[in-house]
Amino acid sequence: MTSWLLLAEAGVPEGGLFDLDATLPLMAVQVVLLTFILNSLFFRPVGRAVEERESFISTSRADAKQKLAQAERLEADLKEQLKDARQQSQKLILEAEQEMDRLYRDALAAATADANASREQARREIDSQRDQAMDRLNKDADQLGDLIVTRLLAAS
Amino acid sequence: MPLLLPFAELEVGKHLYWQLGNLKIHGQVFLSSWVVIGALLALVVVGTRKLERDPQGTQNLLEFLWDYIRDLSREQIGEKAYRDWMPFIGTLFLFIFVSNWGGALVPWKLIHLPSGELGAPTADINTTIALALLVSLAYFYAGLSRKGLRYFEYYVEPTPIMLPFKIVEDFTKPLSLSFRLFGNILADELVVAVLAFLVPLIVPLPAMFLGLFTSAIQALIFATLAAYYIGEAVHEEHH
Repeated sequence: MTSWLLLAEAGVPEGGLFDLDATLPLMAVQVVLLTFILNSLFFRPVGRAVEERESFISTSRADAKQKLAQAERLEADLKEQLKDARQQSQKLILEAEQEMDRLYRDALAAATADANASREQARREIDSQRDQAMDRLNKDADQLGDLIVTRLLAAS
Repeated sequence: MPLLLPFAELEVGKHLYWQLGNLKIHGQVFLSSWVVIGALLALVVVGTRKLERDPQGTQNLLEFLWDYIRDLSREQIGEKAYRDWMPFIGTLFLFIFVSNWGGALVPWKLIHLPSGELGAPTADINTTIALALLVSLAYFYAGLSRKGLRYFEYYVEPTPIMLPFKIVEDFTKPLSLSFRLFGNILADELVVAVLAFLVPLIVPLPAMFLGLFTSAIQALIFATLAAYYIGEAVHEEHH
Protein backbone atom coordinates (compact mmCIF):
# COMPACT_ATOMS: atom_id res chain seq x y z
CA MET A 1 0.00 0.00 0.00
CA THR A 2 2.77 2.40 0.80
CA SER A 3 4.76 1.72 -2.29
CA TRP A 4 2.63 3.85 -4.62
CA LEU A 5 2.54 6.66 -2.11
CA LEU A 6 6.31 6.64 -2.09
CA LEU A 7 6.34 6.59 -5.86
CA ALA A 8 4.02 9.53 -5.98
CA GLU A 9 6.47 11.64 -4.08
CA ALA A 10 8.64 14.07 -5.88
CA GLY A 11 12.31 13.33 -6.04
CA VAL A 12 11.93 9.84 -7.33
CA PRO A 13 14.77 9.64 -9.84
CA GLU A 14 12.85 7.90 -12.62
CA GLY A 15 9.13 8.39 -13.17
CA GLY A 16 6.74 9.76 -10.61
CA LEU A 17 3.40 11.45 -10.89
CA PHE A 18 4.78 14.81 -11.89
CA ASP A 19 7.23 13.59 -14.44
CA LEU A 20 7.24 16.26 -17.12
CA ASP A 21 9.03 15.47 -20.34
CA ALA A 22 8.61 15.62 -24.12
CA THR A 23 5.17 14.02 -23.75
CA LEU A 24 3.83 17.51 -23.05
CA PRO A 25 4.70 19.29 -26.31
CA LEU A 26 4.03 16.21 -28.39
CA MET A 27 0.59 15.84 -26.82
CA ALA A 28 -0.08 19.52 -27.48
CA VAL A 29 0.87 19.07 -31.13
CA GLN A 30 -1.31 15.99 -31.29
CA VAL A 31 -4.31 17.85 -29.89
CA VAL A 32 -3.80 20.77 -32.28
CA LEU A 33 -3.67 18.32 -35.18
CA LEU A 34 -6.80 16.64 -33.85
CA THR A 35 -8.48 20.05 -33.73
CA PHE A 36 -7.76 20.65 -37.41
CA ILE A 37 -8.78 17.13 -38.40
CA LEU A 38 -12.02 17.30 -36.43
CA ASN A 39 -12.69 20.75 -37.85
CA SER A 40 -12.55 19.48 -41.40
CA LEU A 41 -14.16 16.07 -40.74
CA PHE A 42 -16.75 16.96 -38.12
CA PHE A 43 -17.42 20.59 -37.25
CA ARG A 44 -17.53 22.03 -40.74
CA PRO A 45 -19.56 19.32 -42.53
CA VAL A 46 -22.01 18.84 -39.66
CA GLY A 47 -22.32 22.59 -39.20
CA ARG A 48 -23.04 22.96 -42.89
CA ALA A 49 -25.66 20.20 -42.74
CA VAL A 50 -27.32 21.73 -39.69
CA GLU A 51 -27.28 25.25 -41.10
CA GLU A 52 -28.57 24.07 -44.47
CA ARG A 53 -31.43 22.36 -42.70
CA GLU A 54 -32.11 25.46 -40.63
CA SER A 55 -32.22 27.66 -43.71
CA PHE A 56 -34.36 25.08 -45.52
CA ILE A 57 -36.79 25.07 -42.61
CA SER A 58 -36.94 28.83 -42.40
CA THR A 59 -37.49 29.25 -46.16
CA SER A 60 -40.13 26.53 -46.10
CA ARG A 61 -41.80 28.28 -43.21
CA ALA A 62 -41.72 31.60 -45.03
CA ASP A 63 -43.12 29.89 -48.13
CA ALA A 64 -45.88 28.25 -46.16
CA LYS A 65 -46.71 31.54 -44.46
CA GLN A 66 -46.90 33.27 -47.82
CA LYS A 67 -49.13 30.53 -49.19
CA LEU A 68 -51.33 30.71 -46.16
CA ALA A 69 -51.69 34.46 -46.57
CA GLN A 70 -52.53 33.97 -50.23
CA ALA A 71 -55.11 31.34 -49.36
CA GLU A 72 -56.64 33.65 -46.78
CA ARG A 73 -56.76 36.46 -49.30
CA LEU A 74 -58.42 34.17 -51.85
CA GLU A 75 -60.89 33.00 -49.24
CA ALA A 76 -61.84 36.56 -48.36
CA ASP A 77 -62.15 37.34 -52.06
CA LEU A 78 -64.39 34.37 -52.66
CA LYS A 79 -66.46 35.20 -49.62
CA GLU A 80 -66.94 38.69 -50.98
CA GLN A 81 -67.97 37.28 -54.33
CA LEU A 82 -70.32 34.86 -52.67
CA LYS A 83 -71.94 37.68 -50.72
CA ASP A 84 -72.33 39.70 -53.90
CA ALA A 85 -73.85 36.75 -55.68
CA ARG A 86 -76.26 36.17 -52.80
CA GLN A 87 -77.34 39.81 -52.86
CA GLN A 88 -77.72 39.65 -56.63
CA SER A 89 -79.83 36.56 -56.44
CA GLN A 90 -81.91 38.06 -53.65
CA LYS A 91 -82.52 41.10 -55.82
CA LEU A 92 -83.39 38.93 -58.80
CA ILE A 93 -85.85 36.94 -56.75
CA LEU A 94 -87.44 40.11 -55.45
CA GLU A 95 -87.69 41.53 -58.92
CA ALA A 96 -89.16 38.32 -60.26
CA GLU A 97 -91.71 38.27 -57.47
CA GLN A 98 -92.68 41.86 -58.15
CA GLU A 99 -92.92 41.13 -61.87
CA MET A 100 -95.04 38.12 -61.20
CA ASP A 101 -97.27 40.12 -58.92
CA ARG A 102 -97.65 42.79 -61.54
CA LEU A 103 -98.42 40.24 -64.25
CA TYR A 104 -100.92 38.60 -61.98
CA ARG A 105 -102.61 41.89 -61.27
CA ASP A 106 -102.67 42.78 -64.97
CA ALA A 107 -104.09 39.43 -65.90
CA LEU A 108 -106.66 39.70 -63.12
CA ALA A 109 -107.67 43.18 -64.23
CA ALA A 110 -107.91 42.09 -67.85
CA ALA A 111 -109.96 39.06 -66.91
CA THR A 112 -112.25 41.13 -64.69
CA ALA A 113 -112.75 43.67 -67.46
CA ASP A 114 -113.45 40.91 -69.91
CA ALA A 115 -115.91 39.31 -67.60
CA ASN A 116 -117.62 42.65 -66.96
CA ALA A 117 -117.79 43.37 -70.67
CA SER A 118 -119.35 40.03 -71.49
CA ARG A 119 -121.78 40.36 -68.61
CA GLU A 120 -122.77 43.79 -69.82
CA GLN A 121 -123.25 42.50 -73.31
CA ALA A 122 -125.26 39.60 -72.06
CA ARG A 123 -127.38 41.95 -70.01
CA ARG A 124 -127.91 44.19 -73.02
CA GLU A 125 -128.89 41.20 -75.14
CA ILE A 126 -131.27 40.00 -72.48
CA ASP A 127 -132.73 43.47 -72.23
CA SER A 128 -133.24 43.77 -75.99
CA GLN A 129 -134.70 40.30 -76.21
CA ARG A 130 -137.01 41.07 -73.31
CA ASP A 131 -138.03 44.32 -75.05
CA GLN A 132 -138.67 42.44 -78.27
CA ALA A 133 -140.60 39.81 -76.38
CA MET A 134 -142.61 42.53 -74.64
CA ASP A 135 -143.26 44.23 -77.94
CA ARG A 136 -144.45 41.00 -79.45
CA LEU A 137 -146.55 40.27 -76.42
CA ASN A 138 -148.04 43.75 -76.58
CA LYS A 139 -148.65 43.31 -80.29
CA ASP A 140 -150.19 39.90 -79.72
CA ALA A 141 -152.27 41.34 -76.88
CA ASP A 142 -153.43 44.15 -79.14
CA GLN A 143 -154.31 41.73 -81.92
CA LEU A 144 -156.12 39.51 -79.45
CA GLY A 145 -157.93 42.54 -78.07
CA ASP A 146 -158.88 43.59 -81.54
CA LEU A 147 -160.00 40.08 -82.37
CA ILE A 148 -162.10 39.86 -79.23
CA VAL A 149 -163.63 43.23 -79.96
CA THR A 150 -164.42 42.34 -83.55
CA ARG A 151 -165.86 38.95 -82.56
CA LEU A 152 -167.94 40.51 -79.82
CA LEU A 153 -169.19 43.24 -82.16
CA ALA A 154 -170.01 40.70 -84.83
CA ALA A 155 -171.88 38.57 -82.40
CA SER A 156 -174.05 41.38 -81.07
CA MET B 1 5.06 -4.31 -5.41
CA PRO B 2 3.24 -6.16 -2.66
CA LEU B 3 0.03 -6.30 -4.68
CA LEU B 4 -0.57 -9.61 -6.40
CA LEU B 5 -4.17 -9.57 -7.66
CA PRO B 6 -3.98 -9.22 -11.45
CA PHE B 7 -6.79 -6.67 -11.76
CA ALA B 8 -5.97 -4.68 -8.69
CA GLU B 9 -2.35 -3.92 -9.18
CA LEU B 10 -1.46 -0.34 -8.52
CA GLU B 11 1.29 1.25 -10.48
CA VAL B 12 1.39 4.96 -9.95
CA GLY B 13 4.12 7.10 -11.36
CA LYS B 14 5.57 4.33 -13.45
CA HIS B 15 5.80 5.02 -17.11
CA LEU B 16 6.55 3.16 -20.26
CA TYR B 17 9.42 5.24 -21.56
CA TRP B 18 10.03 5.62 -25.24
CA GLN B 19 13.24 7.22 -26.37
CA LEU B 20 12.83 9.76 -29.16
CA GLY B 21 16.25 11.08 -30.05
CA ASN B 22 17.39 12.25 -26.66
CA LEU B 23 13.85 13.00 -25.53
CA LYS B 24 11.86 10.74 -23.30
CA ILE B 25 8.14 10.34 -23.75
CA HIS B 26 5.48 8.40 -21.91
CA GLY B 27 4.52 5.60 -24.27
CA GLN B 28 1.42 4.46 -22.40
CA VAL B 29 -0.09 7.95 -22.63
CA PHE B 30 0.40 8.05 -26.38
CA LEU B 31 -0.89 4.52 -26.86
CA SER B 32 -4.12 5.24 -25.05
CA SER B 33 -4.47 8.69 -26.63
CA TRP B 34 -4.19 7.06 -30.07
CA VAL B 35 -6.96 4.68 -29.09
CA VAL B 36 -9.05 7.68 -28.00
CA ILE B 37 -8.28 9.66 -31.16
CA GLY B 38 -8.91 6.60 -33.29
CA ALA B 39 -12.30 6.06 -31.65
CA LEU B 40 -13.21 9.71 -32.14
CA LEU B 41 -12.15 9.75 -35.77
CA ALA B 42 -13.94 6.46 -36.46
CA LEU B 43 -17.15 7.85 -34.98
CA VAL B 44 -16.83 11.07 -36.93
CA VAL B 45 -15.99 9.37 -40.21
CA VAL B 46 -18.84 6.88 -39.88
CA GLY B 47 -21.27 9.59 -38.85
CA THR B 48 -20.44 12.10 -41.58
CA ARG B 49 -20.07 9.64 -44.47
CA LYS B 50 -23.56 10.40 -45.74
CA LEU B 51 -24.98 13.61 -44.32
CA GLU B 52 -28.66 13.96 -45.01
CA ARG B 53 -31.34 16.48 -44.33
CA ASP B 54 -33.24 13.88 -42.34
CA PRO B 55 -30.51 12.72 -39.97
CA GLN B 56 -30.24 9.01 -39.29
CA GLY B 57 -28.29 6.89 -36.84
CA THR B 58 -24.83 8.21 -36.05
CA GLN B 59 -25.55 11.54 -37.74
CA ASN B 60 -28.11 12.20 -35.01
CA LEU B 61 -25.49 11.65 -32.33
CA LEU B 62 -22.98 13.88 -34.12
CA GLU B 63 -25.52 16.64 -34.63
CA PHE B 64 -26.46 16.41 -30.99
CA LEU B 65 -22.80 16.79 -30.02
CA TRP B 66 -22.37 19.64 -32.50
CA ASP B 67 -25.39 21.41 -31.11
CA TYR B 68 -24.19 20.89 -27.55
CA ILE B 69 -20.72 22.25 -28.33
CA ARG B 70 -22.17 25.17 -30.29
CA ASP B 71 -24.44 26.13 -27.41
CA LEU B 72 -21.57 25.82 -24.96
CA SER B 73 -19.18 27.97 -26.98
CA ARG B 74 -21.81 30.49 -28.03
CA GLU B 75 -22.89 30.97 -24.45
CA GLN B 76 -19.34 31.50 -23.17
CA ILE B 77 -17.63 33.21 -26.09
CA GLY B 78 -20.48 35.23 -27.49
CA GLU B 79 -22.29 35.47 -30.79
CA LYS B 80 -19.48 37.27 -32.64
CA ALA B 81 -16.44 35.10 -32.13
CA TYR B 82 -17.74 31.67 -31.19
CA ARG B 83 -17.55 30.29 -34.74
CA ASP B 84 -13.75 30.55 -34.84
CA TRP B 85 -13.28 28.80 -31.53
CA MET B 86 -15.97 26.18 -31.64
CA PRO B 87 -13.72 23.48 -33.19
CA PHE B 88 -11.08 24.04 -30.50
CA ILE B 89 -13.58 23.95 -27.63
CA GLY B 90 -15.30 20.94 -29.20
CA THR B 91 -12.05 19.07 -29.66
CA LEU B 92 -11.05 19.74 -26.05
CA PHE B 93 -14.42 18.54 -24.83
CA LEU B 94 -14.54 15.43 -27.01
CA PHE B 95 -10.90 14.48 -26.42
CA ILE B 96 -11.13 14.87 -22.64
CA PHE B 97 -14.54 13.23 -22.45
CA VAL B 98 -13.56 10.20 -24.52
CA SER B 99 -10.22 9.98 -22.68
CA ASN B 100 -11.90 10.03 -19.28
CA TRP B 101 -14.60 7.55 -20.17
CA GLY B 102 -12.15 5.39 -22.07
CA GLY B 103 -9.94 5.30 -18.99
CA ALA B 104 -12.90 4.23 -16.90
CA LEU B 105 -14.63 1.84 -19.28
CA VAL B 106 -11.95 0.12 -21.37
CA PRO B 107 -10.40 -2.84 -19.53
CA TRP B 108 -6.85 -1.63 -20.08
CA LYS B 109 -5.45 -4.05 -17.51
CA LEU B 110 -5.91 -6.90 -19.96
CA ILE B 111 -3.04 -5.42 -21.98
CA HIS B 112 0.29 -5.86 -20.24
CA LEU B 113 2.99 -3.34 -20.79
CA PRO B 114 6.63 -3.87 -19.82
CA SER B 115 6.36 -0.92 -17.46
CA GLY B 116 3.56 1.34 -16.36
CA GLU B 117 -0.06 0.72 -17.33
CA LEU B 118 -2.54 2.02 -19.82
CA GLY B 119 -5.25 4.35 -18.63
CA ALA B 120 -6.93 7.63 -19.36
CA PRO B 121 -4.45 9.92 -21.14
CA THR B 122 -5.85 12.71 -18.96
CA ALA B 123 -4.54 10.98 -15.83
CA ASP B 124 -1.04 12.03 -16.90
CA ILE B 125 0.07 15.51 -15.88
CA ASN B 126 1.78 16.05 -19.24
CA THR B 127 -1.48 15.74 -21.13
CA THR B 128 -3.42 18.06 -18.87
CA ILE B 129 -0.69 20.69 -18.84
CA ALA B 130 -0.48 20.46 -22.62
CA LEU B 131 -4.22 21.05 -22.88
CA ALA B 132 -4.15 23.88 -20.35
CA LEU B 133 -1.25 25.62 -22.11
CA LEU B 134 -3.10 25.30 -25.39
CA VAL B 135 -6.02 27.07 -23.74
CA SER B 136 -3.69 29.83 -22.54
CA LEU B 137 -2.23 30.27 -26.01
CA ALA B 138 -5.73 30.19 -27.45
CA TYR B 139 -7.07 32.97 -25.29
CA PHE B 140 -4.01 35.15 -25.78
CA TYR B 141 -4.24 34.62 -29.51
CA ALA B 142 -7.98 35.23 -29.49
CA GLY B 143 -7.61 38.48 -27.59
CA LEU B 144 -4.63 39.78 -29.55
CA SER B 145 -6.01 38.87 -32.96
CA ARG B 146 -9.38 40.42 -32.27
CA LYS B 147 -8.35 43.55 -30.39
CA GLY B 148 -4.66 43.93 -31.13
CA LEU B 149 -2.75 45.67 -28.35
CA ARG B 150 -6.01 46.96 -26.93
CA TYR B 151 -6.26 43.44 -25.51
CA PHE B 152 -4.00 44.58 -22.66
CA GLU B 153 -6.61 47.10 -21.56
CA TYR B 154 -8.28 44.04 -20.11
CA TYR B 155 -5.55 43.97 -17.46
CA VAL B 156 -6.40 47.41 -16.11
CA GLU B 157 -10.14 47.10 -16.26
CA PRO B 158 -12.13 48.11 -14.36
CA THR B 159 -9.26 49.72 -12.38
CA PRO B 160 -5.44 49.51 -12.66
CA ILE B 161 -5.44 47.98 -9.18
CA MET B 162 -6.49 44.77 -10.89
CA LEU B 163 -3.22 44.58 -12.86
CA PRO B 164 -1.26 42.25 -10.52
CA PHE B 165 -4.28 40.02 -10.00
CA LYS B 166 -4.89 39.74 -13.72
CA ILE B 167 -1.24 38.88 -14.29
CA VAL B 168 -1.36 36.23 -11.58
CA GLU B 169 -4.54 34.93 -13.18
CA ASP B 170 -2.66 34.17 -16.39
CA PHE B 171 -0.58 31.71 -14.39
CA THR B 172 -3.31 30.32 -12.20
CA LYS B 173 -5.65 29.64 -15.09
CA PRO B 174 -3.53 26.92 -16.74
CA LEU B 175 -2.40 25.68 -13.35
CA SER B 176 -5.91 25.19 -12.05
CA LEU B 177 -7.17 23.80 -15.35
CA SER B 178 -4.45 21.19 -15.59
CA PHE B 179 -4.39 20.17 -11.94
CA ARG B 180 -8.15 19.94 -11.61
CA LEU B 181 -8.42 17.58 -14.55
CA PHE B 182 -5.33 15.58 -13.66
CA GLY B 183 -6.27 15.31 -9.98
CA ASN B 184 -9.85 14.28 -10.57
CA ILE B 185 -9.09 11.63 -13.11
CA LEU B 186 -6.08 10.22 -11.28
CA ALA B 187 -7.94 10.25 -7.96
CA ASP B 188 -10.86 8.47 -9.54
CA GLU B 189 -8.59 5.78 -10.98
CA LEU B 190 -6.82 5.40 -7.66
CA VAL B 191 -10.04 5.15 -5.67
CA VAL B 192 -11.38 2.49 -7.96
CA ALA B 193 -8.06 0.64 -7.91
CA VAL B 194 -7.74 0.78 -4.13
CA LEU B 195 -11.33 -0.35 -3.61
CA ALA B 196 -10.87 -3.12 -6.16
CA PHE B 197 -7.69 -4.13 -4.36
CA LEU B 198 -9.43 -4.25 -0.95
CA VAL B 199 -12.77 -5.73 -2.06
CA PRO B 200 -12.68 -6.98 -5.63
CA LEU B 201 -16.44 -7.49 -5.98
CA ILE B 202 -19.36 -5.06 -6.12
CA VAL B 203 -17.96 -2.50 -3.67
CA PRO B 204 -15.98 -0.59 -6.32
CA LEU B 205 -19.09 -0.27 -8.52
CA PRO B 206 -20.52 2.89 -6.89
CA ALA B 207 -17.09 4.49 -7.08
CA MET B 208 -16.92 3.50 -10.74
CA PHE B 209 -20.28 5.12 -11.45
CA LEU B 210 -19.22 8.20 -9.55
CA GLY B 211 -16.05 8.11 -11.63
CA LEU B 212 -18.06 8.15 -14.87
CA PHE B 213 -20.02 11.11 -13.57
CA THR B 214 -16.87 12.98 -12.51
CA SER B 215 -15.24 12.22 -15.85
CA ALA B 216 -18.09 13.73 -17.81
CA ILE B 217 -18.28 16.74 -15.50
CA GLN B 218 -14.53 17.34 -15.75
CA ALA B 219 -14.67 17.33 -19.54
CA LEU B 220 -17.54 19.81 -19.43
CA ILE B 221 -15.77 22.01 -16.87
CA PHE B 222 -12.55 22.09 -18.85
CA ALA B 223 -14.32 22.96 -22.10
CA THR B 224 -16.56 25.53 -20.43
CA LEU B 225 -13.66 27.25 -18.67
CA ALA B 226 -11.60 27.26 -21.86
CA ALA B 227 -14.50 28.86 -23.68
CA TYR B 228 -15.02 31.30 -20.83
CA TYR B 229 -11.36 32.40 -20.88
CA ILE B 230 -11.50 32.91 -24.64
CA GLY B 231 -14.78 34.77 -24.27
CA GLU B 232 -13.22 36.99 -21.60
CA ALA B 233 -10.32 37.76 -23.93
CA VAL B 234 -12.48 38.70 -26.92
CA HIS B 235 -15.10 40.51 -24.88
CA GLU B 236 -15.56 44.12 -25.96
CA GLU B 237 -16.14 46.65 -23.25
CA HIS B 238 -18.80 49.11 -24.24
CA HIS B 239 -17.45 52.55 -23.57
